Parts: sequence; C-alpha cells; structure tokens
Amino acid sequence: MPILNQPRSVIPGFGLTMGFSLFYLGLIFLIPVAGLLVFTATMSWADFWSAISHPQVVASYKLSFGASLVGATINLVFGMLVAWVLVRYTFPGKRIIDALVDLPFALPTAVAGISLVTLYATTGWVGQYLNLFGIKVAYTQLGVVIALTYIGLPFVVRTVQPVLEDLEAELEEASASLGASRFTTIRRVILPALLPAALTGFALAFARALGEYGSVVFISGNLPYRTEITPLLIVAKIEQFDYHGAAAIGSVMLLAAFLLLLLINGLQWWASRRR
Amino acid sequence: MTSSSLSSSVSHTTLVAHWRRATEEPVWLRRCLIAMALTFLGLFLVLPLIVVLYSAFSQGIDAWQAAITEPDALAAIRLTLLVVAIAVPANLVFGVATAWAVAKFEFRGKSVLISMIDMPFAISPVVVGLIFVVMFGSQGWLGPWLSEHDLKILYAVPGIVIVIVFGTLPFVARELIPLMQQQGKEEEEASLTLGASGWKTFWHVTLPNIKWGLIYGVILCNARAMGEFGAVAVVSGRIRGETNTLPLHIEVLYNEYQFTAAFAVSSLLTGLALVTIAIKSLVEWHDERRQRLAAE
Repeated sequence: MPILNQPRSVIPGFGLTMGFSLFYLGLIFLIPVAGLLVFTATMSWADFWSAISHPQVVASYKLSFGASLVGATINLVFGMLVAWVLVRYTFPGKRIIDALVDLPFALPTAVAGISLVTLYATTGWVGQYLNLFGIKVAYTQLGVVIALTYIGLPFVVRTVQPVLEDLEAELEEASASLGASRFTTIRRVILPALLPAALTGFALAFARALGEYGSVVFISGNLPYRTEITPLLIVAKIEQFDYHGAAAIGSVMLLAAFLLLLLINGLQWWASRRR
Repeated sequence: MTSSSLSSSVSHTTLVAHWRRATEEPVWLRRCLIAMALTFLGLFLVLPLIVVLYSAFSQGIDAWQAAITEPDALAAIRLTLLVVAIAVPANLVFGVATAWAVAKFEFRGKSVLISMIDMPFAISPVVVGLIFVVMFGSQGWLGPWLSEHDLKILYAVPGIVIVIVFGTLPFVARELIPLMQQQGKEEEEASLTLGASGWKTFWHVTLPNIKWGLIYGVILCNARAMGEFGAVAVVSGRIRGETNTLPLHIEVLYNEYQFTAAFAVSSLLTGLALVTIAIKSLVEWHDERRQRLAAE
C-alpha cells in the first residue's frame, strides 16, 4: 500500500521531510510518552488504584476539574463579548487591546503567578478592596479560578474572532427584514453560527487550565485537600521519589488530555463544516 | 456612512437610519458592552502587566539593575539563552520539515500526524517533566545505565533542554502548516519545472513566502521556551547558579521574599512577551496589507 495518496509530483523532499518529522516525533514525543504509560502498566492494579484514588488526590481532581470548568466558562462568556466588541465596534486603542489579548500565551506562567498573587493578596491593589467585602482570593480556591481564567483568556477570543469577521451581513439583514428584533437576531442567527468556534475555544481553555501549574502554585497556597491542584501532587510525589505514584496520576492526566484533544478535534471538524 | 451622504436626501436618510437600527445595537448598549469588555481585559491583562513593571522599578533603577546583574541572575540568563539556542533551532527545523510534508503532499494518516503535533499543547507541563523523570531518573528506565556510565541528564542541562524541546515542539509547525497549505504548491512546481533544484526552490520561492509566519513562529517558540516553568521545575533540581532558568530563579527569589528582585527579573521576560505580541501584530498587519493589495 503506497503511503503517498497522490499522482507523482515534481516537488521533491517527501521522504526527507516526512522521515525527519516522524523520527523527531518518535524520539522526543512518542517513545517518552510510551515510556510513562509502560512504566505505569508495570504497577499492580491495586497499587495503581490506591495511588489514583487516595482522598487527597481525589480532592485535587475535584479542584482542578471544577476550577478549570469555572475558568473556561468565564472565558466563554467574556471571550465572546471581547471578540464581539473587537470585531463589531470601534474605540480608541482597539489595536493595542486586540494585541494584548495574546499576552497570556506569551507571558511566562511564573510571572503571571507572582503578579496575580501580588494583585489579589489582602494588601494588593485589587485584593484590599475585595477584602472589604470579605472576599479572599489569594490562597483560596477562588485564587485558583483567577489564575486559570488568566491563562485561558485568549482561546475563546481567538477562535470566535475569525468566524465573526466572516459572518455574512446578509444573514442579519434578512433576519431583521423578516421582522426579528436585534435580540432575536443575535440569539437565533449569530449565536448558533458562533457556537462551534466558541465551544472549541472553551475546550482549549479547559484543557490548558487542567494541566496548568506555574501560574497556580503561587496564588493557591497549596493547602492539602483545599487548594492543591493535581499537577502539584505529581510534583510532590516526584520530589519524594515516589515515581510510581506520580506516574499513575500522570497517566490519568495524560488520558484526560488525550480525550480532550479528541473532543477538540471533533469540535473543530464541526466548526469547519458549519462555516 | 459619512454625515454628508446621510444628509443628501431626507428619504434616503430615514431609510439608512432604519436599516442601521435593525442590524446594529443602540449606542447605549454598544458603550455598555465596550465598557464591560475593557473592564474585564483591564482587570485580567493590563493590571498584572502594570504590577510587574511597577514592582520591578519600585526601589529605583539601581535596585532593578542590581537584581538582574547579580551572579545567580546572570547564571540563570546564561542558562536560559543556552537552552533556547538549542531548543528553538531544533523545533524550527522540525516545524519547516513537517509543514513541507503536510502542505505539499497528500498522504495516509496526515490528520493523525497533525493531531499528534498538537498533543504537547494539551499535556500538562508537570506531566512532561514526569515523562522524562521516568525515562532518565534513578528509578526510571535509563537511570541505572546512565549512572553506570557517569552521564547526567536529569537535574542537569540536557534534561532541561529536552523538556523545553518537548513543550515547545508545536509552535513553529502550527504556525507554518496553515500558511503553507493556503499558499498551495503552484509556485514551487513552476520553479522546479523551470529547472531549479529542490533546495534552490525552497530558499528562493518557499522561504520568502513563509518568512513572516516563520518569524512569528520562532519568536513565540522562543518566548515559550524562555518562560517554560512546570516541566523545568520537575527536571532541573533547582541548583542555584547551575540549573535555574529565569522562571525558576524568579520562583526562588519570590519564595525568599525578595519581591523587588523577583519582579525585576520578571520584567525581562515581560519585555520579551510584549515584543513577541508586537511582532505578532506586525505580521498580521503585513498579511492584511498583502491580502488587500492582492484583492485590488
């Protein structure tokens, strides 16, 4: 069975580039990931189960999953709002604001972490005012949500923006001329068109948040059972040289990442069919 | 719609005004939405940025300079530059090769390959570190063999390089694949049919076409490589002056309550992040202009 799925081309280099790609991916990615999974598979089922179902670990799943979900939801709502405002309206400084949306992609997570905890500490610029209302952010689960919202911020904006730009004005005009109110047009015409892209952005933000470490550890305070995220427990186990315990939890996270990626691919396929 | 054309005829004006009401939001709502979006972005994007720069210089420029020129900081800068000088070119070559194969050829399993390139995005940095601890650690697969031959990978520079290569593997490829797919292969085919060699075609036809995307991919890869934290934290061992990259040095300073110094070092990476997004805007502006010129 031939690998190439096309008539002979004048363009050279398939063997070289494809060979190098596969060699590189195999060496850097596939073999090491397989190494982790095989290492985990050498554990007995009982050991594996007790490592991944310890109450402290389960508490961390709940926090990681829950805080990522809340963060991604905040980003879904505000990401669509920001995309809408950037595409549809004009205001001074729009280009700079648009560019700044990518900052969480480019800013190191450790820098984000220390600046967020400085802002939201009870003496910080934002934290002192929240403290007046009895709201504590730093070293609480709310702090974890803030950090995970920060690092997931660009995803929904950047997936929705191009779809909104390409949306045909005729659809909205037709809807309006058929007597729909603006609100109905947005709800029945625009939102359904944006939905696949928005959900893709939501899933990307969620996946990114689930594995995040750097920006969270500073603001969370890392209290066992309360503000410990799952990646932090893996680090703790490695530092205690409990490789098997770390590998078991790591495999669970790897599986979650893999499933999310499948979901994201499905959503992207849906989004491309809708456009 | 300018005011002069609006006032040209009364009936036209009312028609246009009615149409505008139907597919646009009222002014008060528009202003409300803009205010909400800007408040959200101000709180999440602008304030953290200001707090870094403000704290970095809060003790004056001399304190800032002292923090980034003390020996441990310089060692962290040197190590970070060394690691990036290996990891970024490696992922650049990988990105160009993969984008060439994916964009210029149809082959079985292409979508599997593209999904595989995306995987490092979804894997937690901590799990990336763990993968290589299991590979090279004392109780891992190769640990006993490595210590027998007196080779150090974990808690040393090679381990840091490899986790950063893994973590930033997709960036150049992800930037180039859509760009090269969109450009097609007609220009390369023309060059080759006219007798140019494959390499010559790549250097003189393909490379100028993908130049800007390539630059942005490399810059983003570089920023992410310099800022990588979770994976490096796991494999570096945090040996001061030896295996601390810039983000780890920031963590050490912060945990020692040297906040001004931590933010001073952070300001370097923040500057890099700002340059990165500025270049991205420049690339997009360049693209838009080219598309407008092509459309005219």
